[in-house]
Order: sequence, then structure tokens, then C-alpha cells
Amino acid sequence: MINKKVDNVTKALEGVKDNMTLMLGGFGLSGIPENAIAQLVKLGVKGVTCISNNAGVDDFGLGLLLKKHQIKKMISSYVGENDEFERQMLSGELEVELIPQGTLAERCRAAQAGFPAIYTPAGYGTEVAEGKETREFDGKMYVLEHAFKADFAFVKAWKGDEAGNLIFKGTARNFNPNMCGAAKITVAEVEELVPVGTLDPNQIHIPGIFVKRIFQGEKYEKRIEQLTVRQRN
Amino acid sequence: MLDKNGIAKRIAKEVQDGYYVNLGIGIPTLVANYVRDDIEVEFQSENGVLGMGPFPFEGEEDADIINAGKQTITTLPGASFFDSATSFAMIRGQHVDLTILGAMEVSEDGDIANWKIPGKMVKGMGGAMDLVASAENIIVAMMHTNKRGESKLLKKCSLPLTGVACVKKIVTNLAVIEVTNRGFKLLERAPGVSVEDIKNATEGTLIIDGDIPEMSI
Repeated sequence: MINKKVDNVTKALEGVKDNMTLMLGGFGLSGIPENAIAQLVKLGVKGVTCISNNAGVDDFGLGLLLKKHQIKKMISSYVGENDEFERQMLSGELEVELIPQGTLAERCRAAQAGFPAIYTPAGYGTEVAEGKETREFDGKMYVLEHAFKADFAFVKAWKGDEAGNLIFKGTARNFNPNMCGAAKITVAEVEELVPVGTLDPNQIHIPGIFVKRIFQGEKYEKRIEQLTVRQRN
Repeated sequence: MLDKNGIAKRIAKEVQDGYYVNLGIGIPTLVANYVRDDIEVEFQSENGVLGMGPFPFEGEEDADIINAGKQTITTLPGASFFDSATSFAMIRGQHVDLTILGAMEVSEDGDIANWKIPGKMVKGMGGAMDLVASAENIIVAMMHTNKRGESKLLKKCSLPLTGVACVKKIVTNLAVIEVTNRGFKLLERAPGVSVEDIKNATEGTLIIDGDIPEMSI
């Protein structure tokens, strides 16, 4: 067993510097690496580029980094629920690259899987495709999108073991598996870190080879963005 | 004239047995409430779930189980969870049978705009560009006019596009319209709405062939 375990979030984020490109898993506030984000705020790193589907909300998730102006550029697909994000973007304080959600996922996966680029039909004929190479396959037009290049990927899983194997829960899975191994260093935080041999190899979502460091996360808030319930009859 | 639930009810009639369906945020989400219960349909949410069920009972919500609108949901027997790349493989790979989404503008060529108003509002495209670029069967659910009373069915979209020549059908508070290579073809009128009303609310080319029936909901 190659041991990927590090003792705490401080060790897990060793080497993170200003102006780096970071990938962060999560969809909305679901499955975000809460501990890594808190540590990024604490470290006070500046000028970072964040690849993340959303930018959190005003007072949670990546919104915390936005508020402190630590982010130079966001690469996201949807920013609808964050007023501070919209304000910084419209005022020009924040550089933003909005890309289709499936393209975001596939640019991560391409980086993980060793593809320099992929062709996608998404965004053809829109401003997203401006300046990009396009090509026709079987009568349909596609846009060339490049694999991401990132320094760190911060992902969050439900369970993991010391070998770095990961299991996700529900829709908190989202971009997390696609970002594993897609950056130079992948850091996984888990709700429950278990000894090797505990997890069933048949149930592993991400094999440890894609993970460089793993640590036991703490105090998960797991905030719900849109609590929607129905009444019992 | 229909309200938002009326639009959803009418669209629900387009959902057929055995369909995998992706519902966008807003009016499309309401469609799930009106699908006939004697057919088998599975709802896909692009954040990574197939087999979406109703909202949870109070106290049973789970932060790890949400839909693309970030609302807490439940799953039905046979449901599955998956990562974002797999989710968009379902979409781009045309495994999803029907996509229903909202729009700010639709053109008579089937172009759609729904993600940005330059200088004013930027929400982002989310999964909409992947959905419209790939889906064979796209229905737009929207009000016929915007808050200022201006038509949302145009000759050309004025806002940045989400996709080109992709919308096949539009259901609004006033009408059901098919997008053809000659323009917007009026198929049905909403209850109490005249052809004249629809003509006045449509900026793009409106094709009226014979008697236009009132829709049944």
C-alpha cells in the first residue's frame, strides 16, 4: 500500500502559492472541499485562478475567497446565485471565463486521461466558440477545447482510505471524480478516512493512483442552498 | 392564457413512455408534476442523477442529494448517481430523449438565448449549451413576451446565443409553436387566446395554416 494520508489540512495544502491554478470540486455547495477552501482563506494566497462549476454563495464556499479578493480568475459554468461574483465580474475586478458545464467536466477529464484537447458540439455558433478551432465531423460542427492545466485539484469524497481510494455520495460526486489526477497534485478530503482493506474494491469510484494526498476533513457544514420540501399529508 | 403551471401541464403531454427527460430550471421543473402516471419516465438532472423523485418530506432532506437547481430532492427505485463527465456523456451522446428548458429569446431559425444580458446580468450557461447542441428533441417553455411586453419570439435573437438552429417546439402562455424552416408555425392556441393575440405578440414570422385549435390540457 502506498500511503497517501497526511495528518491535517495544513500539510495537505503545502506548496500552494500565489497565482496558481486550482481545481475545486462541487456543484453549488454540494460536495465542495470545505476544509481546503477554509485553508486557502487562512493562507491568504492571492491571484489564483479557480476552475470550479460555481463560485459558492456570498458567505460560503468559494464566495469566501471572492470576498477577500484572492481570486484573479474564475473558470465556471454557472454563477447565478452569487451577488458578489456578479458584481466583481460586471465591474471588471474579476476575470471570468464562462464555459458549458459539460465542457468544464470534459476539460478536467481530458487532463486526467492524457488527452490534450477534445471536440465538443457545445457552444458552436456562440461567443464561447469565438477564436477557437472548429471542425466538421459527419455534417455537424464541433469546437476544439483544450485540457485544463492546473497546479492543485481539491476534491471532497464521502469515504476514503489511506491508499487514496475514494467513494462519493449522492450528487456530491459531481466534478470531484473528474478532477482527480487532472492537476499536478490532487488533494482529497473525506468525511470518513478508513484504514486500507475496509473499503470493498468493487465499490471504489476513484482509485488511489489519481490521488496524491488524502486527509480526514473536519466540521463539515454541508450547507443546503435551496431547501425544498413537501408537506406530509 | 396559461400560467406557468398551465405551460408545464401542456408540455407534460409531450412526454412519452420510456423517455429519459432533462428538465431545466424554472417552468420546466414543474413539468414533472403533470406527467401521466401510467407511463414510465426517468428524469435526469445534469449535476449527476437519473431517476429523480419528488422533493423530500420536511426533515428528510439530504445536502448530498440535490437537483441542478440546487434544490433538495429524493430518488426513485432504480435511480443512479454519476459524475459530471458521465452526465454530459448522456446528454452529448444523445441518450436523453427530451430536453425542456427556459429561454429569454428564440429566433424563427430555432436559435436560443438564455444565459446572458451583456452588461446587466450574467448567470452562465450551466449545462444549457451542451443540452441544446446535442439534443434531438428540445422544447422551450417560456412566456411569450418579456416583462416589458416585448416579444420573445424573434426573427433574430438580440442576446448572446446559447445554441443555433436547435429549438423544435415552443410552449408559451399563449401558444404551442413548431419551429420550421419557414418560421414559427402556430399549432395551438391557449384557452381564451385568439390568433390575433398571438400574431401581435410574435415578432418573428408566424405561419398560420387553416384553423388553429385551442389546446386541451
